[in-house]
Order: sequence, then C-alpha cells, then structure tokens
Amino acid sequence: MKAFAELLDRLVLTPQRNAKIRLLVDYFHSAPDPSRGYALAAIAGTLSLNTVKPALIRDLLLERMDGVLFQYSYDYVGDLAETVSLAWEPPAEVAPEDIPLGEVVERLQKAGRSEVRSLVREMLDRLDTSGRFALLKLATGGLRIGVSARLAKQALAEMGSREVTEIETLWHGLEPPYRPLFLWLTGEGEMPLLKTPAIFHSVMLATAVGEGELDGLDPSDYAAEWKWDGIRVQLANVGGVRRLYSRSGDEISSAFPEIIEVAGIDGVIDGELLVGGTMRSNRATGTFADLQQRLNRKTVSRKLLDDYPAFIRAYDVLFSGERDIRPEPFHVRRGALSALIEAASPQHFDLSPLVPFSNWKELDELRAKPPDPVIEGVMLKRLDSPYLAGRSKGPWFKWKRAPFNIDAVLMYAQRGHGKRSSYYSDFTFGVWTEGEDGTSLVPVGKAYFGFTDAELEILDRFVRDNTVERFGPVRAVRAEPDKGFVVEVAFEGLNRSTRHKSGVAMRFPRIARLRPDKLPRDADRLETLQAMIGPPT
Amino acid sequence: MKPDALLYPAPKGLYCERGDFYIDPVQPVERALITHGHSDHARAGHGHVLATRETLDIMRLRYGEEFCGGSQIARFGETIAIGDVRVRFHPAGHVLGSAQIAVEANGTRIVVSGDYKRRPDPTCPPFEPVACDVFITEATFGLPVFHHPDDKGEVARLLLSLRQFPERAHVVGAYALGKAQRLIALIRQQGYTEPIHIHGALAKLCEYYQSQGIELGDIRPATLGPENRQDLAGSIVVGPPAAFAERWSRRFADPLAIFASGWMLIRQRAKQRGVELPLVISDHCDWAELTATIKEIAPSELWVTHGREEALVRWCQLQGIPARPLHLVGYEDEGE
Ligand SMILES: [Zn+2]
Ligand SMILES: [Zn+2]
Repeated sequence: MKAFAELLDRLVLTPQRNAKIRLLVDYFHSAPDPSRGYALAAIAGTLSLNTVKPALIRDLLLERMDGVLFQYSYDYVGDLAETVSLAWEPPAEVAPEDIPLGEVVERLQKAGRSEVRSLVREMLDRLDTSGRFALLKLATGGLRIGVSARLAKQALAEMGSREVTEIETLWHGLEPPYRPLFLWLTGEGEMPLLKTPAIFHSVMLATAVGEGELDGLDPSDYAAEWKWDGIRVQLANVGGVRRLYSRSGDEISSAFPEIIEVAGIDGVIDGELLVGGTMRSNRATGTFADLQQRLNRKTVSRKLLDDYPAFIRAYDVLFSGERDIRPEPFHVRRGALSALIEAASPQHFDLSPLVPFSNWKELDELRAKPPDPVIEGVMLKRLDSPYLAGRSKGPWFKWKRAPFNIDAVLMYAQRGHGKRSSYYSDFTFGVWTEGEDGTSLVPVGKAYFGFTDAELEILDRFVRDNTVERFGPVRAVRAEPDKGFVVEVAFEGLNRSTRHKSGVAMRFPRIARLRPDKLPRDADRLETLQAMIGPPT
Repeated sequence: MKPDALLYPAPKGLYCERGDFYIDPVQPVERALITHGHSDHARAGHGHVLATRETLDIMRLRYGEEFCGGSQIARFGETIAIGDVRVRFHPAGHVLGSAQIAVEANGTRIVVSGDYKRRPDPTCPPFEPVACDVFITEATFGLPVFHHPDDKGEVARLLLSLRQFPERAHVVGAYALGKAQRLIALIRQQGYTEPIHIHGALAKLCEYYQSQGIELGDIRPATLGPENRQDLAGSIVVGPPAAFAERWSRRFADPLAIFASGWMLIRQRAKQRGVELPLVISDHCDWAELTATIKEIAPSELWVTHGREEALVRWCQLQGIPARPLHLVGYEDEGE
C-alpha cells in the first residue's frame, strides 16, 4: 500500500504528462502482482469495490477523538478522508506494517456488510498516513488522481515497448488484477488470448478535418461514407453469444431485443444504430429525435418496437467468425462486410453506402447538401487503413456539415430564471486540451436553450447528483474522462477571442442534444475548434 | 506571586514589568530577550539585547553590526539577574542558537519556549524540558491532523526522485535560517555526497553554520555568471521559498518544484503552491509532540502564543490543565 499511496500522491501533484507516465511505469515495474493490477484498475476506473459510506469513517475516528477537535481538524483540512488519515492515532501496541494493495482490495471485496467497519479500523491501525489516505479514498470511491484510463494504457504500452493500440485491442477482454497482461508486457508470458471475441473491442474513431488539412491528401487514397446521425454501436455474435454495445462499451442488448433476435452475423461488426427503415426495405430513416425514444431504456414496450423499429447501418467488421480481421485494410474488410450484410435480415441491417467522388471540392459540395436529413456529414477512410482502437490522426476523418457542432462536456451549471428558477438550466461546457498540466477541460461556451423539458429534467438531475463544488449560485459538476455528461453543442460560428481562456468564442451556442451514449473522453478537443476557425491570418 | 504579575502580553510583546524587559518584542524596545533568530522573533532596533551567542551572531548577519544598541551573551543554564527577576536560557531544539527563556521571581517560574521541536536535529542541541508553573508554548501545528512523518523517509523520497528524474533540476524551497541547513545536513546523513547548490540568499547563513562545526558537505552557489550558466540537471538546488515566485528557478533544467515544510502534510497546501514533491520536514512540534511535551512538563497552567491555539486549549480542557490563549500578534502563523 505504501508504494501505491506514494504513487497517488505523486501523480496528483505532477503536472507533466510524461512525468506521470514515468511514475506509472516505474510503479508497474516494481510493484508485485496482484497489487499492480488493482492499482491499474483503480486508476483506469475498472475496480469494483463495495464502497464504504463517508459517515462510517467519520464514526471510526470519533470512536477515539473528541468531536470538537475533530471539527477543528475537518474545517482546516476540508477533506474527510484526508482528515481521518492524518488525525488517526493507532494504539501503541499495534506495530505499523505495510499491507499490500492486493490484500487490501481482496479483503474489502470479500467483507460482508457487518465486517466492513472492523476491517477498515484494523487496516487504518496498521497503515501509515498516506496508506490510510489511499485506503479511505479507495473504500469511499473518491479516488481522483488526474490520470485517465488512456494515460494508464499509454504507460502500459511504454512499459512493454508496445503500441497503445495493442493495449486498447486487448483491454475490454481483460479484468483486474490483469496478471496475464503484465506478464506479457514484462516478457514473461504470451500475449493474453481473448476468451471470446464477443467482448467489446475499443472502436476506431475519426479526427475532425481541419482547415486546409485535406489539401495535402490524395482523394484516391480515401473512401467516403455518409456520417449517419444515430448512435455508434458494436454488435457481436460469437460462439452463440450475442451482444450489442454502445461506443463506450456499455452493453445495451436488452434495450434492442429485435436486433439481438436476428443478429445471426457471425463475428463482430461496427455500425450506426438508427430507427425507421433500412435502405433495403425502402423506407425512410428515422431522425435522432425518433431514436431518442428508444435510448436509455432497460426494457422496451411492444408499441415502441412497432413505432420506432431499430436497425444497424453497418460501417465495418472487426471479426469474421472468430478470426480477427482488424489488421486487414479497409477495402478488404469492406468486401467481407458487404457479404455478411447481404445475408442478414434486410429489415435490421443495411450497408452504409460509399459516396463516390473524385476531388475534395466535389465532396465538400456533397457534404453541404446530403441526400438525407439524417446525415450529419461525411466520413473519410483511408482504403489501406487497418481497424485501430482509439483515435489516431490520419486514417479516418469526420467532416461535418454546417452549422457547426461539437461534443462537449458539462462543467458548470447555474439556476435559471423565471419559471426555470427551480432548475439548473444554464450550462457551461468544455472540451479537452493538452496543457502544461496534462489533459484537462477548458470551458468553451455557455448555453441555456436548445433542450426539451424532458432533457432539462435529465440535466438537472445529473447536476444535483454530481456536484463536486459550489461557488455561490454556480455548481461545478463531475467532469472526468470516464465520468461526466456529454452534450452536443451546435453553434453558428466561431471567433478568435483573447478574453476566453480557450482562445475561441462561439456564436449562438445551444445544446442540440444530450449524448448519454458517450463518455467525456470521447468529447471533442480544442484543436477541433481551432481548426474550425482556420489558421491565424 | 501570580504568574500574570510576572509576565503579561502587552502591545509590543510579552512584558516583564518587574525586570522592565520584553521577550521577542515585535517593535523596538529598550530591553529585549530574544529566543531565536527567525525574523518574527528577532527584530532590529532594540536598545539592549540578551540572547545566545549564535542568535546574536545571526542577528548581526541579517541586520548588520548596528542591529541593536548593546548586547549580552546568554549561556545555556547560566542564571542572569535583571533587577530581582532571574532569567535562564535553555536549548529549544528549533534552529541553531534557539532557546527557551525561564523567567523567575518570588518562587514563580514561567518558561517561554519560543519556537521549539522534539526531533533530533543535526544542527542544534535538543530541547530540554524545564519544570515550571507556567509553560508558554507556540501552537503552529496545534491541530490533531499534524503528525509529521520521520525525516529520513522524506529525504529518501527526494533521493528517489533524483534517480527517477535525472534530467530535471530538483529545486527545493526551504527557509533560509535553520530549515535549509538542517535539510542539507539530513541529506548528507543519508550518504549523499554530490555538490548541493544554494541560492545566494542562503550563502551567509550556510557559511555561518559551517563555521560553527556543522557539516554541510560540498555546497556551491547555484547562480554563476553568464559564462558559467549551468542547468543543474539531476542536482539538488536549495533556495528560499520566495525564490520560486521569481524567474530564478526557471533557469534550471525542467525544474521539479519541491518544498520542505511541516505544512506540506496537507495536500491542498502543496497543490496551491504548485509543489510537485512535498517534503514534510518541520522545525516545530507536531500535535503528538506538543501534547506529549505538555504532559511531560506538567505545568500548573499553559499559555498559548501563536498558531492554532483553540485546538490546543480544547485539548488542555479535556486533560484538566488550565490553559488560555495569549492572542499575541506579529508572529507568523506560517513561520516555517
Ligand atoms: Zn522560529
Ligand atoms: Zn515563530
């Protein structure tokens, strides 16, 4: 626990990304299994523990401490776990000793409701101050260390001299304490084999086209496709296991039983989930508003199934049967995909059509006047690109149609006025930027309209449940790579601004829609906005 | 006699009317007794100063020869009569020359401890408990959250970071008097023999410590002329905390900001100051040491000068020890 606690303390205070990676690599090299695996899980947000209520740790301290002295201490420090870790005095007869993180986690996982209290007390007595802090943060679920899962994977890649995409490819098939992963990275074991390809595989993402960026590229190296306005999904059917995942890896099978029922395609495909009719059934594609009727539901009624039938417009194929074909070039995969879709249910599957074009100008015109209202732009995919987990610059681009829109993360909320005064209805949102302090969110605008009353209820609930700080009437909400709320913001234009920290100012921003299907990490980056303005003149 | 007839807080500091002298006065007075050389305790411009030889030397170094009208050296354990009041200096273990001052008249003894600590310090003699009727203590770290870790572990973290980040200059903020020299001595105790570079503001005091037989090893100026610009990658550079705010620390190779202070225990403090590697090294007692000292000395009454007096007074109440805050002004709460 000592080594893990020290790592946490260092990571929180270390601003540079590369320094964080070095601290992580050194730790992963020196810590034993299973401790390092649980540390990785704690950082990447994949550790599951029965959490302990803050009241319990306060009570534990008050068993030994005067209430007034506790209050003075808590007021001064301002953080409960830190107060308890610092003020805790073990009885003289208990010899301090380090408890490995692995043991801490496994004992916490095994402990029943009634045993937790004495278990935490016993461990607090044995650990040193930073060890106590790490324990309490783990146990109360309040670990915040300024390291994203992505950065942790970067460190793993560095540790084993691998590409981060290799880690991403395996990631969702592994679980804490990641023993086979570490053995592979240290050269002591084989690359871990995925038990079934029906697990979720990190999707391949595109970067936004920047001003003038296409000029240097040869149109004949790329295929173009429409960018459909639904939600990105992954459908797996391997070894009799059928699963539908959202782009962030949440399983949504039960919300779309009609897809699961006919998901006979053997392998793993990538596509857009839409409602309405497929092209093969010659009926119109439903809008995103229609699709929303089907989102965020655990179960689905007969009527919804009839009114808003779902289907998948296929983009790509990752596994053909059990064979991993991600390393094959796009055009080869596309051939395989087209054969698979041909054989699948015509009401539930169609193939995303390619858009023929010979030069960028022609494509730009097509992008501005797409043939279907449910198209939000075009995608460009290099014909020779393998399917790479995550977002790499170059192989895939997205080129959205005006008006501008981006995915941003909610950062602050304020109460509205008039009839909205009981709701948090004024929102500040931000995008990711790489600064001296590593990756962080920078606010890029404010919006207080664009959403429906039902959406406002959802936003307001999120704000109330996820407030991390208050400044007068303003609440700061949780906004971390893996926890937070993504909204799609539409705006009429973008200006350069010296008044804003981000350097950009939006004209008429509005919240075009909520994106509960996306994680904050998937939100746009400041460079995307800067590219929309174009280079300084 | 009643203790508050012997010594009481006045606007210029703690005052002994019978002997007509002040202890650590915050404004110029005719006669001052000084516990130690930190600038909030030792000010220039008094008529006459009684202090240990080292404290007088330090005041002279900081303020020049003319720092007072006249001075007298107090030796540890020696009784000095001022009128019918007897005073005696005892080691406080805080910084070189630091003393507690026992003031006694008509069978009543008050010990003014100044700033003090209980941990071994290679740069000064240890605190000596003195039996008394009233013990006057500071409470800089007078909250139950302050449990300072072992110094060795802290220095080991610094040395580990040097190995982890050999391309970065390790720039440590430490107060110029006491903390800087103690830190360097602690680093030497762990067998580190490479040169340690210091900011100009530390030079005179480090030299003085060395002249008093305190081993600081190979110390060199961190700032040379333009022809000798050095980036000091992988080296330890020690400077006063204020130097971090200046351009000074930015001249070094990718400086890693370190601060040696008892406050570094609180994560938010480290964060606010932009410290990357906090070293919890204090020249004051932590909570456990404060309370153990009070139990050991067992005074009939405790007076608390500066710091977090409310918590310490509350603790005394729970222990049945009469205690009150003196509400002295002019001492830095953050005097670390
Ligand atoms: Zn002092
Ligand atoms: Zn002081």
